[in-house]
Amino acid sequence: MNEHDQHQPGSFFTRYIWSQDHKVIAIQYSITAIFVGLIALGLSALMRLQLGFPGTFDFIDASSYYQYVTMHGMIMVIYLLTALFLGGFGNYLIPLMVGARDMVFPYVNMLSYWVYLLAVIVLLASFFVPGGPTGAGWTLYPPQAILQGTPGADWGIVLMLISLAIFIVAATMGGLNYVTTVLQARARGMTMMRMPLTVWGIFMATILALLAFPALFVSAIMMLFDKLAGTSFFMPAILSMGQPLDHEGGSPILFQHLFWFFGHPEVYIVALPAFGIVSDLISTHARKNIFGYRMMVWAIVIIGVLSFVVWAHHMYVSGMNPYFGYFFATTTLIIAVPTAIKVYNWVLTLWRGNIHLTLPMLFALAFVATFTVGGLTGLFLGNVVVDLPLSDTYFVVAHFHMVMGVSPILVIFGGIYHWYPKITGRMLNERLGQWHFWGTFLGTYAIYFPMHYLGVLGVPRRYYAFENYDFIPESAQALNVFITVAAILVALIQLLFIFNLVWSLFRGREAGSNPWQATTLEWQTETTPPGHGNWGRELPVCYRWAYDYSVPGYEQDFLPQNMPGTHSAGEPAGVRV
Amino acid sequence: MSQTDSKAEGLKGLIEDWASDQRAFRVPWGKAMMWIFLLSDTFVFSCFLVGYMVVRISVTEPWPLPTEVFALTISGQSIPLVLIAIMTFILITSSGTMAMAVNYGYRQDKIRAACLMLVTALLGATFVGMQAFEWSKLIEDGVRPWGNPWGAAQFGAAFFMITGFHGLHVSIGVIYLSIVALKILAGHYEKAGNYQIVEIAGLYWHFVDLVWVFIFAFFYLW
Repeated sequence: MNEHDQHQPGSFFTRYIWSQDHKVIAIQYSITAIFVGLIALGLSALMRLQLGFPGTFDFIDASSYYQYVTMHGMIMVIYLLTALFLGGFGNYLIPLMVGARDMVFPYVNMLSYWVYLLAVIVLLASFFVPGGPTGAGWTLYPPQAILQGTPGADWGIVLMLISLAIFIVAATMGGLNYVTTVLQARARGMTMMRMPLTVWGIFMATILALLAFPALFVSAIMMLFDKLAGTSFFMPAILSMGQPLDHEGGSPILFQHLFWFFGHPEVYIVALPAFGIVSDLISTHARKNIFGYRMMVWAIVIIGVLSFVVWAHHMYVSGMNPYFGYFFATTTLIIAVPTAIKVYNWVLTLWRGNIHLTLPMLFALAFVATFTVGGLTGLFLGNVVVDLPLSDTYFVVAHFHMVMGVSPILVIFGGIYHWYPKITGRMLNERLGQWHFWGTFLGTYAIYFPMHYLGVLGVPRRYYAFENYDFIPESAQALNVFITVAAILVALIQLLFIFNLVWSLFRGREAGSNPWQATTLEWQTETTPPGHGNWGRELPVCYRWAYDYSVPGYEQDFLPQNMPGTHSAGEPAGVRV
Repeated sequence: MSQTDSKAEGLKGLIEDWASDQRAFRVPWGKAMMWIFLLSDTFVFSCFLVGYMVVRISVTEPWPLPTEVFALTISGQSIPLVLIAIMTFILITSSGTMAMAVNYGYRQDKIRAACLMLVTALLGATFVGMQAFEWSKLIEDGVRPWGNPWGAAQFGAAFFMITGFHGLHVSIGVIYLSIVALKILAGHYEKAGNYQIVEIAGLYWHFVDLVWVFIFAFFYLW
């Protein structure tokens, strides 16, 4: 029996439900992630309604507001962005881009999805338990997270912690597959330095996930002990409602260290795949090789390493040793160097390129602009003295939404517009996409730009209402109304996108196998969408890097990676076939 | 398959070797995957142990004395750390039998490889059994996750959590080794032509033993 025959599809169930095909698993992951993402989007709309029109909506009281804040944050960061980039894009693209038939361990890959789904179900179940979901804020800081007075302190927090632990099991099972597939299952000739940057970004992000999630896992277990077994890992001696509690001697700062040892790499777990994907989008749609490929790869690796030594810049006001701030501010600012290299290289790739303003390109350009804005405000917050007054204001909200909310989402949209033709065989509707792009791009600026001003005014974040604060001018409320209107519009425009996804599945223009004339292997499959096993009888052989666009001396302006011939001048030197 | 243009040396050569086509490591993917998993699991145990150390430093009450807490009274005499010494000896011994199983696995000696794995699993099960005895004795003495008679409440919390998590790893290992051993005996791996799975299971087992050395040092000797 040859290898090809092992990848024949079985019945409907084994093909679409209990599927071990990485492409089906990717779609399962993506649909689930987008579904919970829409819930989180709805929650943010509810939050904005309260902030824009306080007191107008009776069902939003302070408790439910905190619950919306918490669930919105946690769902967006973990269950949408992480799951979609690694489980969705990672699953679909890694085997196709490196020329493998599937992940190395398809059965565990399948389990990864089902365990992820279980985590989502446990999380969503917390909406229906007594007391509702936890309202502790997405950082879940103890002691307040598990004490009476915080919404969901009985059931919600327990379900949240269990769901996180389950999610980490799922992410580990998937992550082991992604890393091992990249390392061990590449096609002949596909050296590491010929891999598309998308694969590099997802690969490095997965390594970060495998090393960072353990800290969250451990802190979740320890907090579960504190909550359920009455231990005091994170609980100091404390008075609650006037009564001393049975806790003593624990360290709340320990939780913050563990949480952010996970939490900061998490930013890059989301950002690195976005960096990689946007590099490929820009190169493909500007018909030009990526500027400084080798530098781009090393920047990804260096950012990944540095992301483990910057975590306490989230804790400048936590009461930790002040000298820590000196160290962590320094490392934080160092990480700006490789990040800036990447931004320059994207811009230099565009320079004198043959720019096609297709939808993926529009989203990629929007990403570079948005990421730069978000990154620049990061310089403010990375410095201790500037961070102290801005900490816990809307400036922080604006910063992290720009840099790790909107930016990765723009790349996700760009990636979906780019790869949808390969996944379904049909193009997404261009006109709907244009509406979606401009609405999202301009709308998010309308939301988050004013928040910087609110932050500088000192408006605190995570507050339910701002009555009787003398230092906040009344004009701040006008901005809040404006932001709310913009946010509702942006949320509604996402429905266009969902409609487009469904409509184009049946009515979209036929895409053909390579509508963007891209070089990477996933566009060179025999059939579109690719069948189970991806390739026909023979695995592809890779002869060149992923960026042979507009190579002089050839009639076509792109040379697929599996096209035999000499490698071109732009490709990095090293090992060759 | 791959041909290098030139053999670079030093750091550059290292990078070129790792970046060459096909496999980064010259091992089957299963083994690479187990190594990566163990790296991730190392971070889990490290976080647990670092958390334990921080808590132990931050508590206000004195930490119970391990020599007294973990002593067994045998024929009227209190011997410190005797049970844990035996447990550690058993677990380390199981690493020896596992290594022998891997050796026979290389030689495709079906019976010996499988039997040694079953012996390893049996030793592991003995360890878990003795741990259960230790736990029940401590619980009898009044140690609870939320308190104990001698001092800082975090002692019981950290002890039960971390040794419990390790014991869970040993238990999973016992099941894993038993399944692999039975599959070897049933001839599942004859088609593949090698017993690599023995070595992969062995990696996991040695890791669990190595972690125990750290837990032993930090809980019983500190």
